[in-house]
Amino acid sequence: MILVLIEHADNKVKKAGLEALTIAKQLAVKTSSEVGAIVIGSIEDPESLGNYGADQCFLIDHPNLQQFDTSNYTQVVAQIAKDKGADIVILSHTSKGKALVGRLAIKLESDVLSGVSQFVGVEDGTLLLKKPVFAGKGIASFKLNAKKAVFTLLGNAVQPQTFDGSCTVITREVSVAPPREKVVKVDRATGEVPLPEAEIVVSAGRGMKGPENWGIIEDLAKELGATTACSRPVADMDWRPHHEHVGQTGIAISPNLYIAAGISGAIQHLAGVNSSKNIVVINKDPEAPFFKAADYGVVGDLFEVVPRLTEAIRKFKNNQ
Amino acid sequence: MNILVCISKTPETTAPIDFTPDGGALKTEGMNYILNPYDEWYALVRALELKEANGGQVHVINVGPSSNDIVIRKALAIGAEEAYRVDCDPKDAWMVAAEIHAFAKDKNYDIIFTGKETLDYSGSLVPGMLAELLQIPFISYANHLEQSDNTLICHREIEGGYEEVEVSTPVVISAAKGLAEQRIPNMRGIMMAKRKPLHVLEAQCVAPKQDLIHYEKPPARTGVQLIDPENMDELVRLLHEEAKVI
Repeated sequence: MILVLIEHADNKVKKAGLEALTIAKQLAVKTSSEVGAIVIGSIEDPESLGNYGADQCFLIDHPNLQQFDTSNYTQVVAQIAKDKGADIVILSHTSKGKALVGRLAIKLESDVLSGVSQFVGVEDGTLLLKKPVFAGKGIASFKLNAKKAVFTLLGNAVQPQTFDGSCTVITREVSVAPPREKVVKVDRATGEVPLPEAEIVVSAGRGMKGPENWGIIEDLAKELGATTACSRPVADMDWRPHHEHVGQTGIAISPNLYIAAGISGAIQHLAGVNSSKNIVVINKDPEAPFFKAADYGVVGDLFEVVPRLTEAIRKFKNNQ
Repeated sequence: MNILVCISKTPETTAPIDFTPDGGALKTEGMNYILNPYDEWYALVRALELKEANGGQVHVINVGPSSNDIVIRKALAIGAEEAYRVDCDPKDAWMVAAEIHAFAKDKNYDIIFTGKETLDYSGSLVPGMLAELLQIPFISYANHLEQSDNTLICHREIEGGYEEVEVSTPVVISAAKGLAEQRIPNMRGIMMAKRKPLHVLEAQCVAPKQDLIHYEKPPARTGVQLIDPENMDELVRLLHEEAKVI
């Protein structure tokens, strides 16, 4: 069995969870195996995971699992993996997945890789996977034991696929100790898709001249349903919150569309965003190095171009 | 409070990255290496601040060949008391975690710090592995840490915000930006670092848990298509019809 730990929030499955299921299904088809979805906590309509490739869904709810604790979550996932004799466990490359993957690999004594961008295939009992390395300046191929592996999948590595399938929902009773990592408060921006999961990201840099000018970026992001981001200098100057900083020492992202306004494109910034599938650069300096890494470029004053782009998208959407 | 900081060496952030023509190896000729920034700027400095407030010692450990001594000396110059280097050339995170575990399991460190990831492979695997091997809690991506008696109050970075987490020592913590402010080693620190102990330990040499078989460069972009700044309808058309992203 191929197991997936399903990421969810507010009782809804996150896109990252569906992406992991899609890869699990591809793997299951290649290895004539079944897909098991693990849900810690609760989600609406767990049967619907069958439409994304799950054959079974294991629901686990316990007061001591209300908050995230790396030991407890590892224990629960490992228990199901052992009971089912699972070959592979897939996690999403999120704050939770990254915190769990190392622990889980030790607990299951399995091969391990984090930040996988591509599932290549299964050959002679080995699992072939690719991931970006050196901050996206290279891609490395890895072999893992296909009978014993744990990996995390990068956001937007695959588009979730739907299948005609049904899924058996099994509620599992577990015994879990009180968490040693006691979460006493959660402070999170709500309403916006987190950056690593965002399909479209609108980002801006020093060319904005000051934090008071960010309205045009937010308008564009809103029109596109995008998440906002920023360059490092902007975060360092506290023009924007630190969690918006994308780049080599910030968050590495791989959205389908990255729009950068007023960012010159220092190598450290490019390193964090060059896995984006399409890049649009808006800059008044035609010599800005970012244009070399862009698919579409607009040489112009961002204070004119960005509102014009927002208006063009609004018009496009109204005509759809 | 005794603290162990796990440190590693990575290519500097602006280093051009290229591979041998057969994709078998990274070209390392002329490559400049640095102490991994998350280990140096945040993990090590926060460890030193805790020691300065509470007493105790800060030790650093690296798993690697003797060519790593230069970055280990830098950690000593910033203020660590003693350094350990496990002498081997690790192939993956598991080899590193197993060596550090073998060293640390009977040392009773209150906190084991790592950086949140290294800039080369960005695996973020070693701290979780260590926590599981030692059967202790793990706070990943900590960007804030306060102490009150034996309890640590940490902010664990999550998507779009943070969780405030209380935890007792011993604990493994991986350090993210915000945990501390970078310290530049001064001349006195650099001179003292030469006399501080750097112990070289024999490796256990476990088998790796992943097998890196090939490197390639990411697919090159075909070149930028410039769009008239007056005509954003054209950009929207291309994004819709050509890129198919809106």
